[in-house]
Amino acid sequence: MLADVKTKQGTSGYHLPDERGHFGPYGGRFIAETLMGPIEELTEAYETCVNNPAFMTELDDDLRQYVGRPSPLYYAKRWTETLGGAKIYLKREDLNHTGAHKVNNAIGQALLARYMGKTRIIAETGAGQHGVATATVAARLGLECVVYMGEEDIRRQAINVYRMKLLGAEVVPVTSGSKTLKDALNEAMRDWVTNIDNTFYIIGTVAGPHPYPAMVRDFQAIIGREAKEQIMLQEGRLPDTLVACIGGGSNAIGLFYPFIDDEAVAMYGVEGAGEGIETGRHAAALCAGKPGVLHGNRTYLVEDEDGQIIPTHCISAGLDYPGVGPEHAWLKDSGRANYVSVTDDEALKGFHDLTRIEGIMPALESSHALAYTSKLAPTMDKDKLIIVNLSGRGDKDIHTVADLEGISI
Amino acid sequence: MSRIATRFTALQQNNRKALIPYVTAGDPRPDITVSLMHAMVKAGADILELGVPFSDPMAEGPVIQRAMERALQHHVSLRDVLAMVAEFRQQDNDTPVLLMGYLNPIEVMGYARFAKAAVKAGVDGVLIVDLPPEEAEELLVELDEIGLDIIFLVSPTTDEKRIQKIAKVSRGFIYYVSLKGVTGAGHLDTDEVAERVNCIKAYSKIPVGVGFGIKDAESAARVARVADAVVVGSALVKKVEETGGVADKLEAAITTLLTDIRAGIDAATI
Repeated sequence: MLADVKTKQGTSGYHLPDERGHFGPYGGRFIAETLMGPIEELTEAYETCVNNPAFMTELDDDLRQYVGRPSPLYYAKRWTETLGGAKIYLKREDLNHTGAHKVNNAIGQALLARYMGKTRIIAETGAGQHGVATATVAARLGLECVVYMGEEDIRRQAINVYRMKLLGAEVVPVTSGSKTLKDALNEAMRDWVTNIDNTFYIIGTVAGPHPYPAMVRDFQAIIGREAKEQIMLQEGRLPDTLVACIGGGSNAIGLFYPFIDDEAVAMYGVEGAGEGIETGRHAAALCAGKPGVLHGNRTYLVEDEDGQIIPTHCISAGLDYPGVGPEHAWLKDSGRANYVSVTDDEALKGFHDLTRIEGIMPALESSHALAYTSKLAPTMDKDKLIIVNLSGRGDKDIHTVADLEGISI
Repeated sequence: MSRIATRFTALQQNNRKALIPYVTAGDPRPDITVSLMHAMVKAGADILELGVPFSDPMAEGPVIQRAMERALQHHVSLRDVLAMVAEFRQQDNDTPVLLMGYLNPIEVMGYARFAKAAVKAGVDGVLIVDLPPEEAEELLVELDEIGLDIIFLVSPTTDEKRIQKIAKVSRGFIYYVSLKGVTGAGHLDTDEVAERVNCIKAYSKIPVGVGFGIKDAESAARVARVADAVVVGSALVKKVEETGGVADKLEAAITTLLTDIRAGIDAATI
């Protein structure tokens, strides 16, 4: 079954989070009292659903017939030859319905919302991919849908905003704070606490209070499970290295999670260094941040010495977030995964390279993973294998890219 | 006995209910806060609640969000807020002061360092919006050791089992949030509030305060009949906003509203 979300890892025993949603010192439930009861209810409903064969069969059917899974594991032959090192495979999440990995989780949570009898769905979105995925599944299930989006992101992602509206969602501009993803999350939380009786909050990344980081991971882990099976079929062995971009970290954890117990597999999470970490204009919480508490969990944050969250900067709206999923914080501290960053310019080069060499236009988010791969692959032998998560397609970004190059379209 | 407990005991002996006004420290300017604190005491406040500005105040409605943004334009930090309390204490050693805020500034300062600095400044209690008892163990050890009260919230969605858990770790008083939603919103159902306050009292000996949705003498009077303390926040912060940073006008507006609310509470309860 594709949607076998509760598959435990190997017997050697990675089994986080604990009962209280902690990944070591990270994660947890740092939320207002009004949300505590509802979040416990959600945790119970989630446990019930993933152990219910009828629910899992429906999710599985949706992933096959509606999303189009399994997504291919594509050998990028020309790009591999150009870089002259390790053999590169792309996990093609860009081919999913709605164009990114976000839909894997949105479908799971929307079915859960329906099971819980909720009639109204809310979501936050940065690049608009999660907003589009949520608006899509809400349309299909006939649920009311409200998407919170920072004013700045609405400007950057006009196409996705229009897509959401076409799908019948209300897109609410968020004008507080830095007017980006973090503020959209604040606003969605405020809506949720006010409309808790009929509303289900579909968080798009592995952040928020427990159970969200674990639940979103479980729904996204299909990426890694498929990739593992596919690489075994195509190469007869496990990969040497995994690479994925990190904003909140949902596509990365989706790829990494099923490999955590395979200790020979190296993992690289790639954050947005924006204009360069040394400029202070970046979104690299793990590479340049410190632990703290935001949006319901303890994790690494881009913050100042007073504990205020600093506005982040990244060319891709989906990575423009000052926090990161708590499980990544734990994987960093434990040394199991490596976290690195690439700049806007490097990401942009990754975007162009893949487009011109493979005829695949990647999202600017995914372009960060590609940019790091282009540094890593040449340092590895030709018999080594890299899997890169191509988390989304780049159609939504062509205006940003054109703007940067002074072209008006 | 802590200043908070002393104050509640004294009020109870006179059959009075506590009035707890909230303002955000440093809103609209840092130099206004201490004198505003004194003015609120003069207008009838029994305990002062001071908001610590945070960049991402997830549980606040637009009024208090904007207040925090105004304070943050002046980079008002937790350290600055403690300095304001210390300055207030030079002239007032009796009125309890409570800090309301979010966990991250305290995390960054460090729990032990914060607890020590807060007591030194003359702070009596803390209310941390995003810290439920489940995550508070470590901080509780530090606060109990040094004698700083921690006030937890109970909400309309809190069941009896959780009320027991919260009652066990609460110090000073328990704060009942009378509405689902963010600060500054909604309509108050006094019957429901009374029922919930009684439920809390079944598990706790410390006083119960009620906040959210109290904006004038009339709503304060209704709540005072059923609770030990009345918290007024957004209605005051709105006045701060309306007077646009002119200190005299601001103090006058706050004094007028608080005096009115004080009279409403006393008329209903004494």
